[in-house]
Amino acid sequence: MAASSLAALRSKIEGDLRGRVASPFAYRDRNAFELVSTGIPEMDALVGGLPRGAMTEICGAACSGRTSLLLSALALRTADGEVCALVDARDSFDPLSGNAAGIALGKLLWVRCQNIEQALRATDLLIQAGGFGMVAVDLSDVPTKTVRQVPLNAWFRFRRAVEDTPTILLLLEQEPHAKTCASLVVRLEAGEAQWTEASASSNYYPFAKLLRGFAVRTDVVRSRLQIPKELRAVDIRRGTQPKMALPRDADRRVFEAETIWSK
Amino acid sequence: MVMRFACVYIADFLVQAVVRGQPSLGESALAKNALALISGAPPLWCVVAANPAAFEAGIQLGMTKAQVAQFGNVQICMRSEAQEKAAHAALLDAVWSVSPRVEDTAPDTVILDLEGLTALFGADEKIARELARRVAAIGLAARVAVAANIEVAIHAARGFPGITIIPAGEERRRLGSLPVGVLTTEAETLDILERWGVETLQALAALPVLQLSERLGQEGVRLSELARGVRQRALVLAQASSIFAEEMELDDAVEELEPLSFLLGRLLDQLCARLEARALAVRAVRIRFELQPSFEKDFQTLREDLRGKPDVKQYEKLLTLPVPMRNAKTLLKLLRLQLQGDPPAAPIQKIYMTAEAAAPRVAQNGLFMPCGPDPEKLEVTIAKLGKLVGEGNLGCAELVDSHRPESFRMTRFVVVSEQNKRRRKNEANVEEHSEARATMTGLRVMRPAQSVRVELRDELPVRVYLRGMRGEVVAASGPWRSSGDWWQEDAWQQDEWDLEIEFSGPSIVGAQHRCAPSRQNLNLKDSERINKKTELSGRQRGLYRIYYDALRQGWFVRGEYD
Repeated sequence: MAASSLAALRSKIEGDLRGRVASPFAYRDRNAFELVSTGIPEMDALVGGLPRGAMTEICGAACSGRTSLLLSALALRTADGEVCALVDARDSFDPLSGNAAGIALGKLLWVRCQNIEQALRATDLLIQAGGFGMVAVDLSDVPTKTVRQVPLNAWFRFRRAVEDTPTILLLLEQEPHAKTCASLVVRLEAGEAQWTEASASSNYYPFAKLLRGFAVRTDVVRSRLQIPKELRAVDIRRGTQPKMALPRDADRRVFEAETIWSK
Repeated sequence: MVMRFACVYIADFLVQAVVRGQPSLGESALAKNALALISGAPPLWCVVAANPAAFEAGIQLGMTKAQVAQFGNVQICMRSEAQEKAAHAALLDAVWSVSPRVEDTAPDTVILDLEGLTALFGADEKIARELARRVAAIGLAARVAVAANIEVAIHAARGFPGITIIPAGEERRRLGSLPVGVLTTEAETLDILERWGVETLQALAALPVLQLSERLGQEGVRLSELARGVRQRALVLAQASSIFAEEMELDDAVEELEPLSFLLGRLLDQLCARLEARALAVRAVRIRFELQPSFEKDFQTLREDLRGKPDVKQYEKLLTLPVPMRNAKTLLKLLRLQLQGDPPAAPIQKIYMTAEAAAPRVAQNGLFMPCGPDPEKLEVTIAKLGKLVGEGNLGCAELVDSHRPESFRMTRFVVVSEQNKRRRKNEANVEEHSEARATMTGLRVMRPAQSVRVELRDELPVRVYLRGMRGEVVAASGPWRSSGDWWQEDAWQQDEWDLEIEFSGPSIVGAQHRCAPSRQNLNLKDSERINKKTELSGRQRGLYRIYYDALRQGWFVRGEYD
C-alpha cells in the first residue's frame, strides 16, 4: 500500500514537473562533464581537457603562458567549426598571434573592454545568448585586488548560466577568485626561456639570436572533473623529448610555447 | 476547360485601412462600435466613409465633423491615405502568396487566376478560405468570391458577404438578387435605372438589350451583359513589388522611447506579416521620422526657412542585418537599441518604415556541424554589447596585408555556417591538432604602447626602466628593423627587440602575484604550494617586445610574451 502511494506520489510529481524538469528523480552527477582538448597534450594529460558546461580558471603571473594556453584552446575550438567569444578586459589580444596560433579569426567574437565591469556584463550577455563553444574572459591584466571585489554571486551566476550548455567558460586571471564555482583551477608558472644560439660568425653582433619560446609549468589547484582513464594514460611525450625534466609530482606537467619563427 | 477566378474584396476599405493601422480602435470597431472617417480642409471636414454601425446610427456621407460630433457613440477618425496605400500593398502581398497571377483591380479589389491551384490547396472553397485566412493575417477582413468570369466574381464579392462560390452556368441566377448599386457605372446611369424601377440585377438582365442600347447607349449593353454574367475580359496582370513600406502619422507627437517602441512594433508586425506572405525576410530596415520643430529652435527654424531649407526636420536610421530575419520582436529589440544609442532630437510626428527584402536564411545546418549561436539572438546580443563597449570595440579581427605593427581592422561578426565541413570526433581532433601544431607563444599587446627608458651599451639594450622599476636585460634578440608608409603622414620606422628582463622589484603587470594570495579561497595544500613558489621566485623574469620608434625618438613596450 505504501509502495503504491509512493509510486503515485512520484508519478504525480513527475507529471507536475513535465516540460520543466526532464527526469526529476534521476541522479545527475554534476561533476561529469564532456571534456575537450586544450590543444596541448601535456595539459590534456594533466587535467583531461576543458569541461563543457563548467567554469575553468587559468591563473598565473605575467609571462606565465596563460595567453598561449588560451590561443591554443581557441584555435582548436574554432578549427572544429565552433563559434567562440573572447572578452578582453584590457584590450590586450593580438590578432596576429592568434592567427599564427591557428585561430579562425572569423569565428571569434572579440569584445574589447576597458574595465572589468564591462567585461563581466559582456560575459553575462554572451553566456545568455548561448551557442558559443567557448567564452574566454581575459582578466589577466586586471589587478587582483579589483577582481577580488567581484561578488561571489557573479561567478555563481556564470556557473549556473553555462551549466547544461556546451559552452566552455574559461577565465584567465592572476589568482583564482571564483572559489567553488570553478570546476577546474589550473595555475601556470613560467619556466626557462629558450633562445637560439648565436652563430660563430656573429661575434661582432652577439645578440643575433632568436627567441624560441619558453616552458610553462602547470599545476592543478583544484579539479572536480572525472577524468576518463583512457585520457590519464595518454603518453604526454608523444615521441618528442621535452627539454625540461618532468616533475615527479603527478599534479604537475610542463609544456613549451614556441614562437612562430622558431619552426 | 473552364477558367476560375477569385475576387478578394475589402468592404469598407477606408475604415479597415485605418483600423489596421490603429489596433487601439479594436477589431470590434468594424462590427460594433460606430466609426466615421472624415477628410478635407480643416474647417470643412466631412465624412467620407463609415462602418455599418455608424450608418445604422444615422451617419451619412458628407456630414460635417460638427454634425458627427453630435452623435455621442460615433468615433471620429481622420482618413489616412498612407494607411490605405499600405493596406492595399499588404492585400496584394497576401494574394500573391496564393497565386502569382493577380490583377490589381482597385484599392479594395484584387482578382486571382486560380488555374493550377487545385493541386496545392484543393477545391475552390478551400482556396477561398485560404485567401480569407491570409488576408485576415494582415489585419483585413475580406469577402471572397469564386466564379468562371472575372466580372461575376467581382460583383459577387461586392454583393455577398463571406465566401461565395458560383458554379459555371449559374451566374445569372446567383447575381440576380444583387442590387444594381454593385455595378461600377456613373451615378447618372444608376439614377436612370432607379427611375425605371430597376432595383436588382435580375430586373436589369430581363430588359431587352436592343431597347436598353437605344436608351443608354453602349453603357446599357455593358450593364446588361454584366447583369447576365456573360461579359468576358482578360486578366490584367500586376507586377509583384519588391518595396515593403509602412507609415504612420501620429495625432500627438511621441517623445519617449516606450510609446515609440509600441508604434514601431506595430509597423514591424505588419511588415513581417507581408514578408511572410511573400516567403521573404528582412535584410535591412530603414526608419525615417518626421520630427516636430521644437519651441527652443524656433529662431533657428526661422532662419532655415529664410535660406529656403525645408522646415520639417527628419531623422533616419538604417538597421542592416547580417542574416535575413523575419522575427518582429527581434527587429524591434535591435531598433530600440539603435534608438537608445542615438535618440531623435525632437518629438516624432510621422513614422516611415521600409524593409529591404531578401530570401530567408536556411536554418538547417549539417547534422555533424556544431551548434552555433542563433543568428537572431546573436544579433541582439551584439547590439547590446555594442552599446556596452562601443561599436568599434566589438567584432571580428581581420588582418590587413601590411607590415605595419598592429595592422588589423575590426569587421562585423557574422556566423557563417559551414555546410560541407564535417565535424570530427573530439578524440580524433586531439591527436590531429596536437601533432599538427605546436603551442604558439601568445603576445599580450599593450594598447597604447607604453613608454619605457632603455639603457644601451654598444647599441644594445642592457637595462630597462619601466613604471619606476629597473630590469636587467638577460637575453635579447634584435633589432628587427621595419618601416613603411613613408609617403603618408602616418609613416612608421621601428627597431624591435625581444628581451628577457629580470626585474629586481615586483613584476610589471603581475605585481600582485608575488603578494600572498587570499587564503580564504585556497585550501591548505594550495596555500602551501603558493608560499613555496613565492619564496623560490625572488626575482621576476619576463619576456617583452620593445621597440625604438625612430620617428618619435623614443622606446616603447609593445607587449609581453605570455
